[in-house]
Amino acid sequence: MDFDLILRVYPFFLEAAWVTIQLSVYSIALGLACGALGAAARLSRSKPARAAGAVYVSVIRGTPALIQLFILYFGGPQIGIQLDAFEAGVIGLGVNIGAYMTETMRGAIIAVDKGQGEAARTLGMSRAQAMRKVILPQAARLMIRPLGVNINAQIKGTALVAAISVVELTYTAQRYIGSTYKPFEMFFLAGVIYLVIIYATGLGISYLDRKAALR
Amino acid sequence: MSKPFVDIRHAAKKFGELEVLHDISMQIGKGEIVAIIGPSGSGKSTLLRAINDLDPLSSGEVWLEDMQVNKALPPRQYEKHINQVRQDIGMVFQHFNLFPHLTVRGNITLAPKMLKGISDAEANALAEEQLKRVGLLERIDYYPSQLSGGQKQRVAIARALAMKPKVMLFDEATSALDPELVEEVNQVMKQLAEEHMTMIIVTHEMGFAESVCDRVVFMDGGYVVEEGPPEVLFRNPSHERTRNFLRKHLQGQS
Ligand SMILES: Nc1ncnc2c1ncn2[C@@H]1O[C@H](COP(=O)(O)OP(=O)(O)OP(=O)(O)O)[C@@H](O)[C@H]1O
Ligand SMILES: [Mg+2]
Repeated sequence: MDFDLILRVYPFFLEAAWVTIQLSVYSIALGLACGALGAAARLSRSKPARAAGAVYVSVIRGTPALIQLFILYFGGPQIGIQLDAFEAGVIGLGVNIGAYMTETMRGAIIAVDKGQGEAARTLGMSRAQAMRKVILPQAARLMIRPLGVNINAQIKGTALVAAISVVELTYTAQRYIGSTYKPFEMFFLAGVIYLVIIYATGLGISYLDRKAALR
Repeated sequence: MSKPFVDIRHAAKKFGELEVLHDISMQIGKGEIVAIIGPSGSGKSTLLRAINDLDPLSSGEVWLEDMQVNKALPPRQYEKHINQVRQDIGMVFQHFNLFPHLTVRGNITLAPKMLKGISDAEANALAEEQLKRVGLLERIDYYPSQLSGGQKQRVAIARALAMKPKVMLFDEATSALDPELVEEVNQVMKQLAEEHMTMIIVTHEMGFAESVCDRVVFMDGGYVVEEGPPEVLFRNPSHERTRNFLRKHLQGQS
């Protein structure tokens, strides 16, 4: 292993890692928003809303994320959507993980004991009031860990946008291989940085989960 | 009996093809305490839950004083109407259904603050008053998970009472409790009886029904088979099915 090389190039990898982190944060934020909307739609009393939610989830989960990215970035201009690679990456990844988060959130909401909603309704609360004050606070605790799994997948998933030339970690590793011919070192370095990001995120999730469990 | 306070008229309920309640009519006077007994699956819970429209009837009417609980309205208006009516009907469940993310205080004050527009100070006073009633004032800042089953159920009763309901419904309020915890909940219910709260109590505790209730209704297979004062229904029932049920039940208990 060529450690000198690693020491020489790692600052550029850190810069790229910053792009990966930004991609992750923005796309996860978008994913959470899509997930909340999707879960609300799937649990709605309106049939069209439920159908729309179901279509969203099955289309996104039924096709490769890479194809979704390609459609958005390369196909977008054909239908009047002009995005730069970073924007397309954030939107494509965010909408993608949103479908998984829809199912995570919906699962947590329906896992709250039915008696909770009944007790709230019996006291005279509306559906919305019961949802907001009784069901969601309990569902929120239940969804921290599974959302953590989605988030973990998403951070790793950002590597996909190398395929649309966003200069993030994976793309940077590939580029340096072109000039150094040292794929082992370059991918190893990128892997270590991913590991650190994911490990730190995992600690954060565990912390939130513990805090929520303490009531 | 004077004008009924709770009036169930020709209540029928189907779950799909299954007929769970057959044309049940029942009047309950103000301050009256009625026990509903019967074998498992006879429709006791379904009837009780029809009173506050938690399980809507297939046909028939439920009235509380001069208000029809399940009146026909467009969905939006019905939502408003039923949420208003439910404030007057307290309900206590077998499994307490306390809100685990809130303290005892939070459990009791949540609905009054949200629905009655009272201040925090008023809500706190209300919580303290209701907790005193069930003898748990010192537990006001505990979470439900820190309470025993009996204490949880007493808090659930206090939570229902904080809405100042006109009638209280109990669905096997003590069935999920360890035997030694049953009495403290029964005590609270007895005290409510002394305060002339109108109560409809689904129970399988015959001794409690006999000592507290004005009237006992025996249900079987979705029908009211027989009803009457406890001393008559328990000591001298007129129907074979009632006798069978009581015989089995009393054997099971001793
Ligand atoms: N949501 C439901 N869907 C379908 N069937 C139901 C539903 N709820 C109750 N039932 C059926 O209705 C019948 C009456 O049930 P109910 O819960 O009212 O009986 P119960 O007298 O309260 O019995 P228990 O003493 O066991 O609580 C039973 O046959 C039950 O299986
Ligand atoms: Mg029942």
